[in-house]
Amino acid sequence: MLSPWFLCRNEDLKEMLESNKESLKLEAMKRIVGLIAKGKNASELFPAVVKNVASKNIELKKLVYVYLVRYAEEQQDLALLSISTFQRALKDPNQLIRASALRVLSSIRVPIIVPIMMLAIKEAATDLSPYVRKTAAHAIQKLFSLDPDQKEHLIEVIEKLLKDKSTLVAGSVVMAFEEVCPDRIDLIHKNYRKLCNLLVDVEEWGQVVIIHMLTRYARTQFVSPWREDAVFDENSEKAFYDSEEERRVDQSKPYIMDPDHRLLLRNTKPLLQSRNTAVVMAVSQLYWHLSPKHELSIITKSLVRLLRSHREVQYIVLQNIATMSIQRKGMFEPFMKSFYVRSTDATHIKTLKLEILTNLANEANISTILREFQTYVKSQDKAFAAATIQAIGCCATNISEVTDTCLNGLVLLLSNRDETVVAESVVVIKKLLQTQPSQHSDIIKHMAKLFDNITVPMARASILWLMGEYCEHVPKIAPDVLRKMAKTFTDEEDIVKLQIVNLAAKLYLTNSKQTKLLTQYILNLGKYDQNYDIRDRTRFIRQLIVPNEKSGALSKYARRILMAPKPAPVLQSAFKDRDRFQLGTLSHTLNSQASGYLELSDWPAVAPDQSVRNVEVVEPQKNGNAVKVESRSESESGSESSSSESSSESRSELDSDSDSGTDQKKNTKPKPKTLNIMTKYILIHIVLSISSPFFVNCMCSLLHLCVFLACQFDAVSWPVRVSLQASSPVFVPETSHELLHRMTGKGLSAQYRFTRQPCIYGNSMVSLQLTLSNRTDQALENIHISEKSSTGQNIHRFNAIGELNTTKEDEFSVSIQPAVGELLLPITMSEADFTKEQGNTNTSYWHADETPTNQPIHFSACISRFAGKTVSSGSLVLVSVALKDPDAMITINTEKTVMGSMLLRQVKTALTNSGP
Amino acid sequence: MIHSLFLINNAGDLFLEKHWKSVISRSICDYFFEAREKAVEPDNVPPVIRTPHHYLINIYREKIFFVSVIQTEVPPLFVIEFLHRVAETFQDYFGECSETTIKDNVVIVYELLEEMLDNGFPLATESNILKELIRPPTILRSMVNTITGSSNVGETLPTGQLSNIPWRRAGVKYTNNEAYFDVVEEIDAILDKSGTTVFAEIQGVIDACVKLSGMPDLTLSFMNPRLLDDVSFHPCVRYKRWESERVISFIPPDGNFQLMSYHISAQNLVAIPIYVKQNISFFETGSSGRLDITVGPKQTMGKTVECLVVTVHMPKVVLSANLSATQGTYNYDPVTKILLWDIGKLNPQKLPNLKGSLSLQSGAPKPEENPSLNIDLKIQQFAISGLKVNRLDMYGEKYKPFKGVKYVTKAGKFQVRT
Repeated sequence: MLSPWFLCRNEDLKEMLESNKESLKLEAMKRIVGLIAKGKNASELFPAVVKNVASKNIELKKLVYVYLVRYAEEQQDLALLSISTFQRALKDPNQLIRASALRVLSSIRVPIIVPIMMLAIKEAATDLSPYVRKTAAHAIQKLFSLDPDQKEHLIEVIEKLLKDKSTLVAGSVVMAFEEVCPDRIDLIHKNYRKLCNLLVDVEEWGQVVIIHMLTRYARTQFVSPWREDAVFDENSEKAFYDSEEERRVDQSKPYIMDPDHRLLLRNTKPLLQSRNTAVVMAVSQLYWHLSPKHELSIITKSLVRLLRSHREVQYIVLQNIATMSIQRKGMFEPFMKSFYVRSTDATHIKTLKLEILTNLANEANISTILREFQTYVKSQDKAFAAATIQAIGCCATNISEVTDTCLNGLVLLLSNRDETVVAESVVVIKKLLQTQPSQHSDIIKHMAKLFDNITVPMARASILWLMGEYCEHVPKIAPDVLRKMAKTFTDEEDIVKLQIVNLAAKLYLTNSKQTKLLTQYILNLGKYDQNYDIRDRTRFIRQLIVPNEKSGALSKYARRILMAPKPAPVLQSAFKDRDRFQLGTLSHTLNSQASGYLELSDWPAVAPDQSVRNVEVVEPQKNGNAVKVESRSESESGSESSSSESSSESRSELDSDSDSGTDQKKNTKPKPKTLNIMTKYILIHIVLSISSPFFVNCMCSLLHLCVFLACQFDAVSWPVRVSLQASSPVFVPETSHELLHRMTGKGLSAQYRFTRQPCIYGNSMVSLQLTLSNRTDQALENIHISEKSSTGQNIHRFNAIGELNTTKEDEFSVSIQPAVGELLLPITMSEADFTKEQGNTNTSYWHADETPTNQPIHFSACISRFAGKTVSSGSLVLVSVALKDPDAMITINTEKTVMGSMLLRQVKTALTNSGP
Repeated sequence: MIHSLFLINNAGDLFLEKHWKSVISRSICDYFFEAREKAVEPDNVPPVIRTPHHYLINIYREKIFFVSVIQTEVPPLFVIEFLHRVAETFQDYFGECSETTIKDNVVIVYELLEEMLDNGFPLATESNILKELIRPPTILRSMVNTITGSSNVGETLPTGQLSNIPWRRAGVKYTNNEAYFDVVEEIDAILDKSGTTVFAEIQGVIDACVKLSGMPDLTLSFMNPRLLDDVSFHPCVRYKRWESERVISFIPPDGNFQLMSYHISAQNLVAIPIYVKQNISFFETGSSGRLDITVGPKQTMGKTVECLVVTVHMPKVVLSANLSATQGTYNYDPVTKILLWDIGKLNPQKLPNLKGSLSLQSGAPKPEENPSLNIDLKIQQFAISGLKVNRLDMYGEKYKPFKGVKYVTKAGKFQVRT
């Protein structure tokens, strides 16, 4: 019940909310949010709060939203009052307001408004702002959990949003896909390549979701890359083949990886360098489940790196490594030392590290590991010390070479003062001996010898059990031990007494001649013991083994009951069976199936049709609509500038709605006649040659019927590892530019010209032809380039020119301003590669559009693409020009931001000037 | 994905709850409390706890448990990473992430949580974006706000949210343009009793504080990039440039951020800057023990070792310590059983030494194992791996920024076994 104090405080809040002053309302809402945060009930304020939903003050409004989402479920009727406000806000020009209205509307879990939500989602899915579309993707999941009957409609929206090219939307819509219809793999086909290519630019949380989804997808679509090296995990391999025969058939064919499969692996690889541990883990599991076994090693380093992260991260990563290390020791063996335990680690971390070290142990490194274990055994953390002893036991069974060493080590531990350590050692020794008792009778003897010094009851009990169990191996010692025990029986702990009785019974059955009297003595002692358990046991044993008239049928089987062979405990890793779960999942961590876990399917024996993933090649940048789109978003985002940031914003705007437009155009407009274009190009060519040689260069290449200029990538970044050579320039302008005028140069004039020839002094230099001429009567002497040159530039100096008839020394500073095009090398690449690379490159991005009035060129939806690389660093420069009367759309993709913007400016001027 | 979040302090008080889907009763936390009790130490609480219908994933940071409730399958690291991001955001906003600051700023905390997740899926986690949506509290701003009635909440969508460089906000302007980089290296090492290195590796990070106007495009290059064995980057760094040219090319976020972290693994030879001679022994009789620790410089490349601290977690039976230090001060806390010896600057001429006797609980058996020593140290102007920044170039903007690089070496998890 609410206290009176609380009630009056709420009254007070109500008053504040109903006042006219904004600041009072805000103060009240802040206090209410404080109540919600503390988990106090503030639901009775609902009517007072909901009135403010249409407030102008954005902070107040947001706080009201917080309140609404929290209590709407409880106060459904009142919540409906606010709906119309949201419906209005959904039409607001400000995208933030549209998005937050949709967020709140979809978070109000009131079933009545399902149709309204559905409508709002459908509308938002086609919104121009990718942020609103992202919110729509989130709303899909909310609606689905509220009303699963809407599934079919929602799938339609998901299908639409999956086509979205914005990186912002991708993660959220895949999340919605995973929650609503994870089985509709067919929706992914067409978007598979796009998702792979976008992946690097998607925000990190989206990456995790997409990678997990693509892992599942790939397992249904591609054939196993593991066939060739079947040597590796034999066990998991078996699952994929029904019979040996089929397997042989499969192996006869050489395996060729589907290019799409390769694409996924290639595009996820850089993400191993992500700062987000979840992303790294996601990529690691993708490689684990999808990559050929020999490529797996690249994930090792990244996983080991994650061990430096927070305790919780370590826990999860170590679990996954533990599972991996069982199947693939080699992966982590070089990093063994990273799993060494520190005394400051949390206990569960220590245990996991121990587990991994045990898994990694082999003949070569076992001595190092055992030495390490020796320090752990002495740890103050006794639970950990006990775990170490078990680990030693594990190593001992797995590696037969060290079994004896381990046993000896364990035997030494028996004299430890700590109860847990001793008990654990005895237990482990017991297990070890159980596996091969015959060979180790000397250890049993040794333990018998130590017995007098061991005081820990648990250990004493265990030794007695061993004696009894293997009394046949130590026929002389066992009765002697029993004799000693008979003497001290009354002073022993209860568990020891129980084992004494057991030992006596077993000896009685095997060696009754020597021990009959001792046994009876002990049974008599037990009969009068204070502990009823022992009395009970004594009575039971006596009935069982000592034949008398009452005992009946059971005593006949006494020997078989007591001396039954006990199965040796199997010492195996707790992570043995975890590989049935996909790595990195919650189910794997818990080792049980969590709700909503999606099973990873086995590889298909035959790959499904690959062509389903084929998408008609859509032009990267196509229509001039952008301008109109832009003007709308301008008012929303507030800052529209020519900065690269906002232009990329507009890219996403543009991409999304360009699909339909271009397709249409493609169909309706026939290809322009080649001849026609040619003449027009020549026209431009002549006009442009002065202002922008690069552009001319490009245009010329178009003349050669779109022989695309080529580009060389470095081997790493180039997908198919084809190293393309730079092609020779198609056109070399004869024009030279003035470097030094004869007036300023006091008679010396200089001209330069770009030869467009490879430079003989270095691959990363541009060659330049300098023409020096003496316009005076006197001779000029010792002309050279002085040592100081501007920063960052590297000039191969020429030797001083002896004499050009000179008088006096003079120095001129000159500067060469190359058109950006001169710093580029053209290269040939296919259109597909171009498009791919354009989507691929993690680059800054420019575009510009313009409407030159005097534009005479009439290309119908013609797109020209030019590829080049910078001479100095070899980074890729992609230019595409979409000419569409009267607009031209220029897109430049490059990492070199300065160069990009300069290039853009030049191409732009070149195009505008070409008019008259 | 993430259903609800509960913040619980060390004493077990639940002081904040937030739900992103329908409300889950806080009684779910009883499962957490049960696990918490079983674990004794807060560090030992299992990060993932299973309850009949939900899963609890928790992190422990700054004496606060962040307990999130999950209903369906989700990569646990996803949640853990997100929770840490939440804690970092709080730290970023309020200077520290503690129970008091969270309670004091509960409204901002709530607004932040609202923005960070939508339906349990992360929406905006970049600090640059969040700061545009919800401005961090400053004394000045809160005063202005009370007078003018303006609010802390941004009215328009941050431009970063839509671009493919979401980490940078638009329209940044500074009068002094500066870019500072701190190369911080930590040595993780385990030395054994005799002083030989069992395991050593270097973990480095480059923290940046970039205050540059406009949209600068920076390129950072190293003298010896081959040293870097394994790296991870802030999302702003272009992977391809690193792969092909080994330079770090990026458009930086505004303000403080971690540019990259790297790892120089055990395979390379790691210089250990100090050596420790120690002798700790407990006597069979008389319930006492002796302790003698000397620290000296080893491979310091002529630099001074500073802020040297030796921490020893003594066994439970040690009641008190009667020691004398030739340099610095020592302190033994009989409750936590931690011996802390703060040495300060290491003088190579006169090696610091801590010597004396320990008294044990009478009657208790002598400890099995000697406690290991944890060392903390700092070397200024020196990166132990030898990594050196070559140059920083800026493109895309006209002005000349002020640039600076600082190197620090610290001890990470530096442990000497005894």
